Amino acid sequence: MISILKKRSDIILLLVFAAVVASGPVLFQPIGAGYPDLLQKFAIFGIFAIGFNILFGLTGYLSFGHAAFLGVGSYTAVWTFKLLSMNPIPALILAVIAGGLFSLLIGWVSMRRSGIYFSILTLAFAQMSYNLAYSVLTPITNGETGLQLAQSDPRVLDVAFGRDYGAVLPTPDLFGINLSGYPGYYFCGALLIVCFYISIRIFRSPFGMMLRAVKSNQNRMNYTGLNTRPYALAAFVISGMFAGLAGGLLAVTDPLAGAERMQWTASGEIVLMTILGGSGTLLGPVIGAGVIKYFENIFSAFNENILLNMFSFFPEPLQHAAAWVAGLFVGEGWHLTLGALFMIIVIFLPGGLMEGAHKIINLFRRKTDSDGPQKSADSAPAPAE
Amino acid sequence: MDVFLPQILNGLDKGAAYALIALGLTLIFGTLGVVNFAHGALFMLGAFCAVTMKALLGLEKVTLDPTQTTAWGTPLEIRVPYIETWLGDFGLLLLEYSVPVSLILAIPVMLIIGVTMERGLIRHFYHRTHAEQILVTFGLAIVLQEIVKSFFGANPIPQPAPDIVSGSADIGMLLGLDPGTIVYPMWRMVYLTFSGVVIASVFAFLQFTTFGMVVRAGMADRETVGLLGIDIDKKFTIVFGLAAVVAGIAGVMYTPILSPDYHMGMDFLVLSFVVVVVGGMGSLGGAVAAGFLLGILQSFASMNEVKTILPGIDQIIIYLVAIIILLVRPRGLMGRKGVMES
Amino acid sequence: MSILSVQNVNKRFGGLKALDNVNLEVEEGTVHAIIGPNGAGKSTLLNCFIGKLEPDTGSVTFANKSLLGIKPYEINQLGVSRVFQTPEIFADLSLVDNVMIPAFAKRDGAFKVNWWNTVGDEKDIRAKAMDMLQDLGLADKSSEIAGQLSRGDKRRLELAMCLVQDPQLLLLDEPTAGMARADTNNTIDLLKTISKRNITMVVIEHDMHVVFSLADKISVLAQGTVIAEDVPQNIKGNAKVQEAYLGGAHL
Repeated sequence: MISILKKRSDIILLLVFAAVVASGPVLFQPIGAGYPDLLQKFAIFGIFAIGFNILFGLTGYLSFGHAAFLGVGSYTAVWTFKLLSMNPIPALILAVIAGGLFSLLIGWVSMRRSGIYFSILTLAFAQMSYNLAYSVLTPITNGETGLQLAQSDPRVLDVAFGRDYGAVLPTPDLFGINLSGYPGYYFCGALLIVCFYISIRIFRSPFGMMLRAVKSNQNRMNYTGLNTRPYALAAFVISGMFAGLAGGLLAVTDPLAGAERMQWTASGEIVLMTILGGSGTLLGPVIGAGVIKYFENIFSAFNENILLNMFSFFPEPLQHAAAWVAGLFVGEGWHLTLGALFMIIVIFLPGGLMEGAHKIINLFRRKTDSDGPQKSADSAPAPAE
Repeated sequence: MDVFLPQILNGLDKGAAYALIALGLTLIFGTLGVVNFAHGALFMLGAFCAVTMKALLGLEKVTLDPTQTTAWGTPLEIRVPYIETWLGDFGLLLLEYSVPVSLILAIPVMLIIGVTMERGLIRHFYHRTHAEQILVTFGLAIVLQEIVKSFFGANPIPQPAPDIVSGSADIGMLLGLDPGTIVYPMWRMVYLTFSGVVIASVFAFLQFTTFGMVVRAGMADRETVGLLGIDIDKKFTIVFGLAAVVAGIAGVMYTPILSPDYHMGMDFLVLSFVVVVVGGMGSLGGAVAAGFLLGILQSFASMNEVKTILPGIDQIIIYLVAIIILLVRPRGLMGRKGVMES
Repeated sequence: MSILSVQNVNKRFGGLKALDNVNLEVEEGTVHAIIGPNGAGKSTLLNCFIGKLEPDTGSVTFANKSLLGIKPYEINQLGVSRVFQTPEIFADLSLVDNVMIPAFAKRDGAFKVNWWNTVGDEKDIRAKAMDMLQDLGLADKSSEIAGQLSRGDKRRLELAMCLVQDPQLLLLDEPTAGMARADTNNTIDLLKTISKRNITMVVIEHDMHVVFSLADKISVLAQGTVIAEDVPQNIKGNAKVQEAYLGGAHL
């Protein structure tokens, strides 16, 4: 399956991926997603999902606490902005390190158990981090208000290099390039491509093979001379570092960090993104992240008037009824859609959108095969990605 | 004594709620082998049965009295609950006792919800992976709480306890201590007694009925019981319904202590899972013991004396205990070998 | 020379004495069978070789190193591979992946983050795995998913996974359990070929046909003790064995 080197197809995959990221603003324009704020979210949550997939997709360990690492990344990045420099590079490096260290700590304890124990432990840890960020760690996290930049922050490195932001609240910039708007998107997008590349390397490597073996049969691994726990822990820490990076990027594009980023709903969302796209596939999680963020954006924007207009072709009483039912799922009710989507995917399409796409492609292929039997020679099984 | 006793009492009611949820989680997990992330939502639904009951009982008939006017000069509205016009003083009594009266509503409703959940959803997940069970019940929990939110709003809705038990009792005096040393809200005592009765009934049910025997045998060795030709499917449905009722009535009776809101279920679920892990997966006794134990520990950690030494400890004590237990006793306090080892 | 040495091993489960002062010497390069009636302690003994159980007293040494108190993966790294009663394979990976994983374990040790190479770059490992599949007649299925194999093929795949590590000692737990006669004979032939590679084998088996066609030496276990140890032809005539094993019936 993966053992046959698909170097050429991987290069094509990466190039196509990079091309899509680069042309994002144009490509997503027709569906109303061509503006920087949303594109940045696509890229950032794409990174988060790629990392989560290395843990869940390959090793099968279902973490319910990854939002904690996202939050830690954000807090670290904002503190770096405050103390060192508004340049995103130190902020992101430290965010990745912090995400990695924090996940090492939590993973080391949680990985002592597997299966549901593991899921519950990670959930408990994330909830604990959230509680702490809200209450006793207020000096570090600024509690409910969230951590913000101030004009009076020391920014030691900026001062040392003679960078002066004047009497305004500074924003993150990369050697003079302001990272809001499209430059911010391209910054996130470049990192997304790098992360995607790392993910391809891991998927195709002997290390990735070992991670799949963890998911497949830990007992056999042990009797094959392989120590399973460090493999699973390594995957956990890698995904924690990706989450730290994503959290850092959230702070780069919008320099404030709040505790709600660490809540269990946020952890659930990343699980949903991954399985919606297709866990264990290369592209699936990125697609899942994009779809969720896109619909979140669209659905949250709906209000009653828009709905009434949408259903205006109905007779009046029916129009109101339809608008009321639809209203449950949009705007404030976006979470209901999320929950329902969660159930539908797990029940009907556990392999996610990628599996769905393969099923459709296979169906199509079988049809053409029966039309022309001479083609059956090249009816190779669909590739894994 | 007079320092510790109040804390123990304060911890007991929360512990009782944890214990009741954890009991159901363990029952479901032990017999059906399913991890139910929607169990907290069942607790929350129970609480909203109480809210619904009060709203129904409190429906008022509005009449205008033209002979009297308000300060704004409009005719005075006279609001009379229908229940009073129908049943007189007994109606008012029902309204006052709306929380315990809600049990009449909650038991059948929760049973129906539980049975429907098992038949319609959980059943199809017996042979799927634990990860998929977690995910689908997690999705269901979100759906349930969002539906409740869309009907009842996001704000907590206070539910008063009946007047007679809404005050506090000076327990210290009963024990011969000075007045005012241990003052304990009476509803909490009611809740404790109630939980004790529910827990005892569940255990008695499992201990002394044939059905209970099969369930216990199933918890010890699922495969063998399946091989004995016992109709497991029907039993599973009943177990799930029972667990849903236990969680639901725990929620009903908890409403005077904590005003219910739509996300209370998730808050309790996470802690109840920790309780189950600490108690030992698959051990009913462990779940109950750990529930009370952690409730009391949390109460001690909330003491000002403790918080000044270890700030924030009240927020994390339960998780810390869980971590320590898992490090030194990976199977939990009363966990058995072989349960969920893989 | 003895490669696996079991000395004075005792194991109690509560009141039950599962192993009672067991002594066993397995000579290098031989096939050593352990037989005995149900509940004689065969599986308990095997579990003491592989780090799953710790004996109460006594020692188990392999090539002069103690196997007690170390983890299963460490025992494997010393050169001991194990075949299970029900084949333990990586059911959702391809056959060639299944065999490459143990080959990596042999080369890279118990843990290595080898993430920059691609699996395809590892031509040696891949060739080794393909050779092994070829030897066991599975080469044409190398890209199939292991979970879809027949039970007999799964057994052969598991053997391939063990053999690719060039183990010094191969432990087999009822390698023909649940097989049809023809498959059993194929497996016997296969194991005979393997034993010619100078791999020491310890076989736990019920099937007398298998034991007598394979083993160089047989230890008979009954009620936790070794009641006889000899070459096959002598075991057949041993009165004690007949008494314990077959209740007096003639072998």
